[in-house]
Amino acid sequence: MSAEASFYQTPSSPRHRGIAAWLLTTDHKRIGIMYMAVIFTYFFVGVTLGLLMRTELMSVNTKIVSAQTYNALFTLHGVIMIFLFIIPGMPAIFGNFLVPIQIGAEDVIFPRINLLSWYLFVAGGILAIISLFLKGPPDTGWTFYVPFSTTTKTGVTLTVFSVFVLGLSSMLTGINFITTIHRFRNKNMGWMQIPLFTWSIYATAWVQVLATPIIGITMILIIVERLFGVGLLDPSKGGDPLMYQHLFWIYSHPAVYIMILPGMGIISEIFPVFSRKSIFGYRSIVVAGMAIAAIGSLVWAHHMFVSGMSDVAVLVFSFLTFIVAVPSAVKVFNWVSTMYKGSIYMAPPFLFALCFIFLFSIGGLTGLVQGAAGPNVHIHDTHWVVGHFHFVMFGGAGFAFLGGLHFWWPKFFGRMYDFKKAYAGCGMLAVGFMMHYFPMFILGLEGMPRRYYTYLPRYWALNFFGGIGAYIMVAGIALLFINLFMSFRRPDNAPPDPWGGTTLEWSVPSPPPLRNFIEEPVVGPHPYDFTEKEKK
Amino acid sequence: MSVHTDDTGSRIGMWIFLYTEIMLFGGLFILYAAYYHRYAQDFIAAGSETELVLGTLNTAILLTSSFAVAASVEAMRRKASSLAIILLCFAVMLGAVFLFNKYLEWSRDFAIGYYPGSDLMVDGPKGQSIFFALYFVLTGLHALHVIIGMGILCACLILTAKKRITSEKMILLDNAGLFWHLVDIIWIFLFPLFYLLH
Amino acid sequence: MTESAKGYAHPYRPLALAIAALLCLTALTVSLSRFDLGALKIAAALTIAAVKATLVLLVFMRIGKTGKAVPISFIATIIILAIFIGFIFFDIAYR
Repeated sequence: MSAEASFYQTPSSPRHRGIAAWLLTTDHKRIGIMYMAVIFTYFFVGVTLGLLMRTELMSVNTKIVSAQTYNALFTLHGVIMIFLFIIPGMPAIFGNFLVPIQIGAEDVIFPRINLLSWYLFVAGGILAIISLFLKGPPDTGWTFYVPFSTTTKTGVTLTVFSVFVLGLSSMLTGINFITTIHRFRNKNMGWMQIPLFTWSIYATAWVQVLATPIIGITMILIIVERLFGVGLLDPSKGGDPLMYQHLFWIYSHPAVYIMILPGMGIISEIFPVFSRKSIFGYRSIVVAGMAIAAIGSLVWAHHMFVSGMSDVAVLVFSFLTFIVAVPSAVKVFNWVSTMYKGSIYMAPPFLFALCFIFLFSIGGLTGLVQGAAGPNVHIHDTHWVVGHFHFVMFGGAGFAFLGGLHFWWPKFFGRMYDFKKAYAGCGMLAVGFMMHYFPMFILGLEGMPRRYYTYLPRYWALNFFGGIGAYIMVAGIALLFINLFMSFRRPDNAPPDPWGGTTLEWSVPSPPPLRNFIEEPVVGPHPYDFTEKEKK
Repeated sequence: MSVHTDDTGSRIGMWIFLYTEIMLFGGLFILYAAYYHRYAQDFIAAGSETELVLGTLNTAILLTSSFAVAASVEAMRRKASSLAIILLCFAVMLGAVFLFNKYLEWSRDFAIGYYPGSDLMVDGPKGQSIFFALYFVLTGLHALHVIIGMGILCACLILTAKKRITSEKMILLDNAGLFWHLVDIIWIFLFPLFYLLH
Repeated sequence: MTESAKGYAHPYRPLALAIAALLCLTALTVSLSRFDLGALKIAAALTIAAVKATLVLLVFMRIGKTGKAVPISFIATIIILAIFIGFIFFDIAYR
């Protein structure tokens, strides 16, 4: 514990007091914490919606919700988890808190725009909530396909407008991070000394900046169509509904890379620390990350193989989908190779990272099955797809998020949590996860469609089994978060470097002071140099 | 280690913001390209129904206002803030004329039925309806950006008058100029797509 | 470094030459549109538009004088947009 006051005790402006010291702050760390509070809330709501759905599906004839409500449930579950949890989650929480510290800076380059991003995020969420009640929650699925989204009587207009506002928040955050990383790095930190988490945020930020406007204009087009009926996407007026799908997925596919790249960055930070060894292949991870961002922007129509688009397009996009798997595989290889001849030190963040490797690999491989045009015809819009994306987004990004939370929790809050409960929670979550999502691959192959509130009796057993898994999973999540929150009962005496890390955030107090650094940060030639670190 | 003003950083941030605007309009250009491919003949026929004179005039207006803004930035660098203010006023006025011309065009279009959902559009070829749908959405979104740009330039005007923008501290004016120039560039592409197809 | 050197003003002449060129190009593209060039028509118009846009970028916006990051990322953005349009044609041109 240092005598320097932490950023909790020092508002960014001495004039601010009480709640104003948070709501008017320009301190990137406070903004990260504020994002965390809101995002956790959305996550818990999203989990509840998911659990409701899976409970409904635990028997063929359950009627806890009506069919119309079920449609609203999967729409909201998707909108909340995607636009209000995973897309903003890691960049806004971990990116905001850590990127300036990792590069040796005092804050981001545009602190007031950073605060504006938070307000836009909150506004978008509030608009989304309001849209539930004005004309009924949207029932289109989070993909808002036309013509249903332009004709359904539910409150789609306000929901898609809220997505637009959330997109503005995302874009401004991306602009902030790119410019900060270009301009505010410590003078001894060249591009090849930047920690891999910050590199991942950099790659993510470019996707945020270049892809998000496309969903912005797509949502505007839905609104314009609903209000004015211009017919740009309406076949009866000459429009092409497939153009909606193209425009939608031109953003929404890169969006999944916005979701996973920061998670991969977190994994890249965790593996070296708990193997007590430099990351294997730093440069190839950097290149792979940028390659994922670039190539991932070229594969969008693999969501449209059975939509009626041309065979040539199917061929091209299938081919590119196989290519984009390569840089991800390179990263998995590099993470695992980091452990070779390392000195393994087990702690909760590492358990999450190991689970990530296993679950993300399953997710990635099942994605290849979908990326092949032939099998795609068979499993499109079935539960196979639901299984695949939950493996990558939850087993992947979600576990990375939890790993990051357990890795940096002492840095954020100055307190360590109980390890045993963290292991128990992770174990329950992992077991429940496999029970819940793995059967979906089988169900999908057997033909069970997604987004239906009931199913044929032959699918019952796996749905019931999966439902049990869902409850185990949610119990695990509850245990993990309760354990984290219970850390606040402990004294805030976490050391600056509880894990033996080498990146700059571990050289400052836990939690850091307002301006991050007490002395000028020392940047070595390699970001993951463990030769001088004692084993803890 | 103190937080310093970084004009180059501000400028880079503004350029990245401009990329988001390029991609925003880009989505509509994607739609235009797709529908032009499908309805080329209808687009060419519909292209003769737009007001070439007003469109050309508007192009010249926006180009000149871009020139005025670029010149006002150079005037500011020379500490000639009165000249800068005059040039900014001129640019804003040109923007207003642009919007007025747009109003004339749109009213005429509505009057004779060239709007989505009119009988003329419903009975006519599909490509014509799509052409005008794109026309209204694209020029409408563009006009919105002209209004926003005028607002930003007026803010710069006021800040310059209040000496909050000076030759030492003019990154705000620089960046406002960048936005205005982008609005001009977007129109440079809209003009041939909607007015020169006949 | 000229951008951040305070008080260093660039000459007005390039601006004047640029606006003159832009207005001439506008006149050119309008007169070209009177001729029936068939498929070349829109290509010619868009090429002239690209030249005008380049003039605005180089002279009014001084994109070439803003370091390396901006010109590179600008070109990358345009390429990405071009790829989006091009890839859509894999679908719509072959249906």
